Amino acid sequence: MRVGVVTFPGTLDDQDAARAVRLAGAEAVPLWHADHDLRGVDAVFLPGGFSYGDYLRCGAISRFAPIMDELIPAARDGLPVLGTCNGFQILCEAHLLPGALTRNEGLHYVCRDQRVRVENAGTAWTSAFTKGQEILLPIKHGEGRYVAAPEVLHELEGSGRVVFRYAGGNPNGSMNDIAGIANAAGTIVGLMPHPEHAVEELTGAPSLDGRGFFASILAKLVTA
Amino acid sequence: MARVIVDVMLKPEILDPQGQAIARALPRLGFSRVADVRQGKRFEIEIDGPADEAEITKMAETLLANTVIEDFTIRLEQ
Repeated sequence: MRVGVVTFPGTLDDQDAARAVRLAGAEAVPLWHADHDLRGVDAVFLPGGFSYGDYLRCGAISRFAPIMDELIPAARDGLPVLGTCNGFQILCEAHLLPGALTRNEGLHYVCRDQRVRVENAGTAWTSAFTKGQEILLPIKHGEGRYVAAPEVLHELEGSGRVVFRYAGGNPNGSMNDIAGIANAAGTIVGLMPHPEHAVEELTGAPSLDGRGFFASILAKLVTA
Repeated sequence: MARVIVDVMLKPEILDPQGQAIARALPRLGFSRVADVRQGKRFEIEIDGPADEAEITKMAETLLANTVIEDFTIRLEQ
């Protein structure tokens, strides 16, 4: 199984993401922002960081990178994609997921271990969890406040596309405490917390709950 | 050469914590009549030849503004 990890200028978490993919037993395939080539991967991880310096808006420039010309249609055709933090922002700017991530309420950059409730264990990236399970993941962002139009929120809530919700306090003012969402097919998932930072005790991770994301996608790819 | 100004503002219903912080700071500095502040972005674009409003609109929708959360206005300065 080959999981692509995209690196844009300013991406920070690609090495952690690649390591998490390898720990899960898959091959991590580096994908470069300037290439028009997905290298035949079975799934894609869009990691966090400050791609293109967050110029204009977080993810606004990355969304037009050459690799995205390949990724956007492939994702629409069912290629599983996980975006964390800046990756989530890019997925929203690319309109692969609805809504937007805006400046945190209170303006503070938030860096802490955050409890997150799994609301949908039926997506390509969450099948290793159970609905209602609380997991602990690091968060670190200044622009993670999820917003969407009322009708979009209603649709997301009604169709189980709110995949993760903050538990024990909302760190950024996200509408409905939303930490992560999915597309209708459950193949594309975006969230602000960082599963790739919670896979190894050696790194001081608050938990190993991040492993579930990678176990989920590998299980899906094996059965596909 | 045409010059075009595009102003991008968060939609009124979207929380603007930066504007709020400025609105709280101004009265502390003695500007006691400040009732509200919204913060936005201004783009000054130079165009070769005459400006085409449809083209500028496309530009704003595609890149300058995220129309999920932002509105924009266009002014041509010929």
